[in-house]
Amino acid sequence: MQELLDKNPGRKILLGNEAICRGALESGVQFVSTYPGTPASEIGNIFFDLTRERNGKGLYFEFSTNEKVAMEAGMGASFSGLKTLIAMKNFGLNVCIDSLLPFVYAGTKGPTVIIVADDPSCHSSAQSEENTRPIAFLAHIPILEPSDPQECKDFVKLGFKISEQFKIPIIIRTTTRVAHQKMPVVLDKMERSNEKIVGRFVKNPRQFITLPPRVLEMKKELLEKIVKIKSFSEKSSLNKIEKSSGPYKIGIITSGISYLYTKEALAEFNVSFPVLKLGFFYPLPELKIKKFIKGLKKVLIVEELEPFLEQEVERLAKESNCKLEVIGKKMITEIGEMRPEFVFSAVAKLSGEKYSQPKNTLQISIPKRLPQLCPGCPYWSVISAVKKAVNPEEVIFGGEIGCYMLFGNPPVNMQDYLFCMGSSMGIGHGIKKATGQKLIAFIGDSSFFHSGIPALINTVFNKSNPLIIILNNETTAMTGHQPHPVSVGSDTGIKIENIVRACGVKNAKTIDPTTNQEEMIETIKDFLSKDDVSVIIANHPCKFVAKK
Amino acid sequence: MMVTGTGGQGLITILQIISEAAMIEGYDIKTSELHGLSQRGGSVEVYIRFGKKVYSPLIPQGKADLIMGLEAQEALKGVYFANPKTTFLINENIIPIPLKKPLTKNEISNSLKKISKNVFMIPAKEICREKLGTEVVAGTYLLSWAVFKKIIPLEALSVLKALKKVIPPKHLELNIKTFELAKE
Ligand SMILES: Cc1ncc(C[n+]2csc(CCOP(=O)(O)OP(=O)(O)O)c2C)c(N)n1
Ligand code: SF4
Repeated sequence: MQELLDKNPGRKILLGNEAICRGALESGVQFVSTYPGTPASEIGNIFFDLTRERNGKGLYFEFSTNEKVAMEAGMGASFSGLKTLIAMKNFGLNVCIDSLLPFVYAGTKGPTVIIVADDPSCHSSAQSEENTRPIAFLAHIPILEPSDPQECKDFVKLGFKISEQFKIPIIIRTTTRVAHQKMPVVLDKMERSNEKIVGRFVKNPRQFITLPPRVLEMKKELLEKIVKIKSFSEKSSLNKIEKSSGPYKIGIITSGISYLYTKEALAEFNVSFPVLKLGFFYPLPELKIKKFIKGLKKVLIVEELEPFLEQEVERLAKESNCKLEVIGKKMITEIGEMRPEFVFSAVAKLSGEKYSQPKNTLQISIPKRLPQLCPGCPYWSVISAVKKAVNPEEVIFGGEIGCYMLFGNPPVNMQDYLFCMGSSMGIGHGIKKATGQKLIAFIGDSSFFHSGIPALINTVFNKSNPLIIILNNETTAMTGHQPHPVSVGSDTGIKIENIVRACGVKNAKTIDPTTNQEEMIETIKDFLSKDDVSVIIANHPCKFVAKK
Repeated sequence: MMVTGTGGQGLITILQIISEAAMIEGYDIKTSELHGLSQRGGSVEVYIRFGKKVYSPLIPQGKADLIMGLEAQEALKGVYFANPKTTFLINENIIPIPLKKPLTKNEISNSLKKISKNVFMIPAKEICREKLGTEVVAGTYLLSWAVFKKIIPLEALSVLKALKKVIPPKHLELNIKTFELAKE
């Protein structure tokens, strides 16, 4: 991490996420807020360590309680003139869209870059293989897409400049293979201030109050900004055409990680189709694209996940080259991450080269190694108590995202539904209302603060009686042990049981399941027979944060 | 090259050592690693590529020169990336999977030999435990072995420098000893 603070220029091997942090530091970032989520988690971890060391001088950082709050904190900082970075994984953006849309209308005061990390192939995500791109169409927010760590750093710096010039927040969209890619990155000189950061909020209802009729004017102003940014995008070197040496009638349009696989494929077959590499996903440099496709017979769109770019190119081709054959998802799958061999195969087909995917067959089957709760994890005691207290066949188990989603794997097998953070109670309430079947909903402590509380209040308000077990392991474990409001060492004075009681829950108990197995078992039995909602707070720290 | 193993075996440290050594020698480098769920004892794979010019951090199917398995069963994951010239360098260590019958060393090496002749099964865990009193450095041992045997085309000196840069001071001596041990 010290490498990220090196004031002098040089070359260092950096992870994509480290390069993002370096880019922000070189830009003089003043305010950073985030909620953890892989593949974006290292960004928060790095700033957490940096600011802890420097005691808040020169830079403010926080892990917010969820992404919406992180976004709003960042909005407040930007409105007060600070240079702001907000980071999250793709699902986090869903949580804060409500704030994001009016934020883009209002625009920034302090330049603001929002990092959103997608995870094609769901290497470290459950839920869905979400593609962040269409948020651009919904929110009219510019999106830049780096291919490698060097670009991560450069695009963050440029992102701040664009944001400053056009007074608009910018999204930088990474994917797992970009965020968790390493390469030598050129570091520029960096000045770091030791001053305490002080911004100033200057009242300006025209910018900060999004009421009609003004809000429609703001929309008009936003669309005008986008037109200007589009002409910036037309001229930007981020969207670059790499000309071919031969008389090819076939071209390739690509971006992000797919660009690297495209380069590899062209080198492999020694063909030099012209390539248009897009650094902007939105607004697209439409004139540049039209110019690029003009003389072509075919264009291959090397695009990961859904064909958003392909559709745009098809639309533009109607205006500039209606005979053009646009090839995308016909050749490259829209499920799972892009892989170099997919591009090899497509490039080979188009260039008439031979390529057959090598197939090695193994006589033995590769054993599947599923992740497991760590040995010594306090959750094992929760599992054993539940198994002793109830017949698992007769109870529905609601799961969620966190280490405890591993309850679904054998030999535990205690998970009958699993969706997103904060959902186990809400869905459990619906099942209870619909069926009356016995139900236990699990939720982690970080998830409880993230988005659990409204659902808990709903069970009281609308009177259902699930048993909720809040797994208070005093950390956000799954994403790398980030702090939260009641994590180890916290000075908030908040107690989950007090919150639960204040929500109107009468049956509530805090139990350490590792030392009080009997009490845990008896309470589960007792609470499951109640007519109103009940909550057990199973309190024991994760073994990685427990004080030794 | 590709390194396979299970969460907690130090794959990312190996990735760092090789890439720092490759940087010392002036190569272009790209690597790819995964964080998150893989750390809970699941399977992990990392990819390291260095050379005159490297575009992609992922190895294309069938294009690996070296597949290093820190756990023998996990080495089979490398098959997707292997071709008849690929070298398999495998720690004989088998970490059983709950409720499953583990594969044997012979099953693994026999089936890999059908793909490539270059399969090295090394009892790295045993050697390290016997000579150094700990098996945590088995990864460093395999890596160093591959360097001395010229399977990884990097100078021993660069790897030693990289070790010094990457390994925290309190574990450095042990790792240097491991490196020396692999020379023999
Ligand atoms: C909206 C959203 N943000 C972030 C994540 C990433 N994420 C997955 S699990 C998790 C942490 C859960 O922590 P906690 O509830 O305390 O459970 P633990 O892992 O400690 O068991 C996070 C932040 C996500 N899945 N969805
Ligand atoms: S990281 Fe902590 S909470 Fe997660 S499985 Fe391991 S011990 Fe349990």
